[in-house]
Amino acid sequence: MAKRRVVVTGLGIVSPVGSTIDQAWSSIKAGKSGITPIDVFDASDMPVKISGAVRDFNANDYVPVKDQKKMDTFVIYGLAAGLQALDDAGLSADSSDPERIGVAIGSGIGGLPYIERSYGAYLKGGARKISPFFVPSAIINMVAGNLSIMRGLEGPNISIVSACATGTHNIGDAARMIAYGDADAMVAGGAEMATTPLGIGGFAAARALSTRNDDPARASRPWDADRDGFVLSDGAGVMVLEEYEHAKARGANIYCEIGGFAWNSDAHHMTQPVEDGSGASKCMVRAMKDAGVEPEEVGYVNAHGTSTPAGDLAETEGLKRTFGDHAKNLLVNSTKSMTGHLLGAAGGIEAVFTALALRDQVSPPTINLDNPGEGCDLDYVANEARDMNTRVALSNSFGFGGTNGTLVFRAI
Amino acid sequence: MSSIEERVKKIVVEQLGVKEEDVTNAAAFVDDLGADSLDTVELVMALEEEFETEIPDEQAEKITTVQQAIDYINEHAKD
Repeated sequence: MAKRRVVVTGLGIVSPVGSTIDQAWSSIKAGKSGITPIDVFDASDMPVKISGAVRDFNANDYVPVKDQKKMDTFVIYGLAAGLQALDDAGLSADSSDPERIGVAIGSGIGGLPYIERSYGAYLKGGARKISPFFVPSAIINMVAGNLSIMRGLEGPNISIVSACATGTHNIGDAARMIAYGDADAMVAGGAEMATTPLGIGGFAAARALSTRNDDPARASRPWDADRDGFVLSDGAGVMVLEEYEHAKARGANIYCEIGGFAWNSDAHHMTQPVEDGSGASKCMVRAMKDAGVEPEEVGYVNAHGTSTPAGDLAETEGLKRTFGDHAKNLLVNSTKSMTGHLLGAAGGIEAVFTALALRDQVSPPTINLDNPGEGCDLDYVANEARDMNTRVALSNSFGFGGTNGTLVFRAI
Repeated sequence: MSSIEERVKKIVVEQLGVKEEDVTNAAAFVDDLGADSLDTVELVMALEEEFETEIPDEQAEKITTVQQAIDYINEHAKD
């Protein structure tokens, strides 16, 4: 069976750098950081006091007030991004067969704020104080579930959970569903809101987070010699994927094509990547093979690039292993330098940015890259956006547990 | 201090996201105000919180209208 082609026809975002596509993309191209001191809870006793919070966002624009208490924040962010993407695509259950439109939106962690709140209520007043909405507010598949209910989308409805590769895996698998024929369109991506005492405290305990508390905007600094961990952030990134002929037939605006996808595992360590980047490299190689593109055709890589000492170096090694001499020609960019790390939503917003980079033929900058760290010697598009001329781009995501995902985007 | 009736109605408005004028004494939570089974559980929890009382499940099941809620609180609330 010949694979059906899959294209991107809608984009949606909620993020620390903006919660419309236009605003977020302008901020990203201009190199603006979205990292600020934590003010949604008292972080004064926390080792980490900074995060990427969503600021300019009104939940009432997307979800009726009476339903908001039945949804933890990551659900509302995911719905907002999903609704934006559907409206951007002009796709609805009224104009297309609802049984052929599905949703694949995941989260790395899910409803941590509601879990913390409910446990507090339980300790204080016992089981009687647990809200009946606690479970359906907090479980991860409720972005996909609620979006299907709001928009009448009767196709496949899933949520892949794979830590920081969640968004990428959901988009990749959604593309496969369309290629295979399970659906004609999928709303796919990731959502996250885990900047709570347990979320910040837990990642800090794992020594994963930057402690540059006195200079938030400069804390996320992928590949820089002084990088000291990632910054935990909130938001959601979602795209509408659509079978090519389906999109053409209804005259949809097409951003680009999902050319290929691959996923694999390091099978190495809970939190650390393989030092030589071989796991990531095998993933990139297989994704390009899936897309039928040669390494030399790739011009832009939206890297995982979280700003951790080990991860940034391993990805650089992986890129060299994958591309050989061509690695030096690549524009390798980390938008996390501005957004921080949105965990399960990271792959979602980065797929959005990669599609926009291809459309506008511009690589966003990697900000805060003042002195590249040892072994970090690729072209990371330091500090200034740059025009580019390429038809093929990759987006990488790697997660705790050693899971990897690579998407290949191709200009139409 | 507002009357018990006013306080009950205020909670119903907040919990069910309905208009004040729709919350008549005779209004039924499910049939008239669009609540589902989970909404009614949380509504009872909110009443317990507001009136510092505990409503046993077998009693809670019998509270299906605004007036029944007012009556229950009038009979059982501490204040």
